[in-house]
Amino acid sequence: MSTTRWQPLGSAWPEMKRMQEEIERWSRRAGRNDRHRSVPSTYPPLNLWEDNNNLYVEAELPELELTDLKIFVDGDNQLSIKGDRKQPERVSGVWHRQERGHGKFSRAGELPQYVDSEKVTAELKHGVLTITLPKRKEAKARRIEVKAS
Amino acid sequence: MSTTLAPEETRDEVAPAERTPGGTTYSPRFDIWENDDELILYGDLPGVMPEDLDVRFEKPVLTIHGKVSPRHNDIKFLHGEYGIGDFHRTFTVGEAIDTERISAELKNGVVTVHLPKSEKVKPRRIEVKSD
Repeated sequence: MSTTRWQPLGSAWPEMKRMQEEIERWSRRAGRNDRHRSVPSTYPPLNLWEDNNNLYVEAELPELELTDLKIFVDGDNQLSIKGDRKQPERVSGVWHRQERGHGKFSRAGELPQYVDSEKVTAELKHGVLTITLPKRKEAKARRIEVKAS
Repeated sequence: MSTTLAPEETRDEVAPAERTPGGTTYSPRFDIWENDDELILYGDLPGVMPEDLDVRFEKPVLTIHGKVSPRHNDIKFLHGEYGIGDFHRTFTVGEAIDTERISAELKNGVVTVHLPKSEKVKPRRIEVKSD
């Protein structure tokens, strides 16, 4: 199990990349050719966006239940997601192909804004995790009235 | 590799994502397991709802297509590591499968496809009689 940090970008990500491509790249960088058998250190890939009130972090975590996950927010801006994806247990048979990664994973990173960690909520639907992180009041965008002199 | 089930994977290896007029279609990851009675396919289809999953068999090809509705409209990503689109993958199914009894279920974004083996290819224990 390893932990990596992600660097939130200040502007919109120019192009969306699929999990597979990311995983392949990171696996190569880590010197692992067998990309199908280990959970890469950047698992799960994350998408991050915002509206006026909240930050949202989304991850694709098929097979998992919310109870398999531990989600923490420390210091109101450090998010970490930990979990364990277990392979279905099968007796008296053979695996012919194992493309899906299984095992423990952990990701942590700094959020681009401070959030109210007491009010963070998460839901996992159809294998998609969405974490809603309410922005702290002072972090919310405030429209500045411009007065003409 | 099983002799009864072969993923059509040339495209899978070369181009994991394919652009189509409706958006990008992705090749989902699958595990394949086999025992004496059946083959089971497990595929990751996060974001696919049961009503949007199409599993069909047209001899000899098993096609799995999961439609993923766009989850985010008009939002600006601050950080993006994966794209969202439909999932599509095909497998060639051999003669040894009882195609009438193929079944599939979808739970937590994982499709499980059961491919029962034909009775004639199942290993059979021969009863040994004593006099």
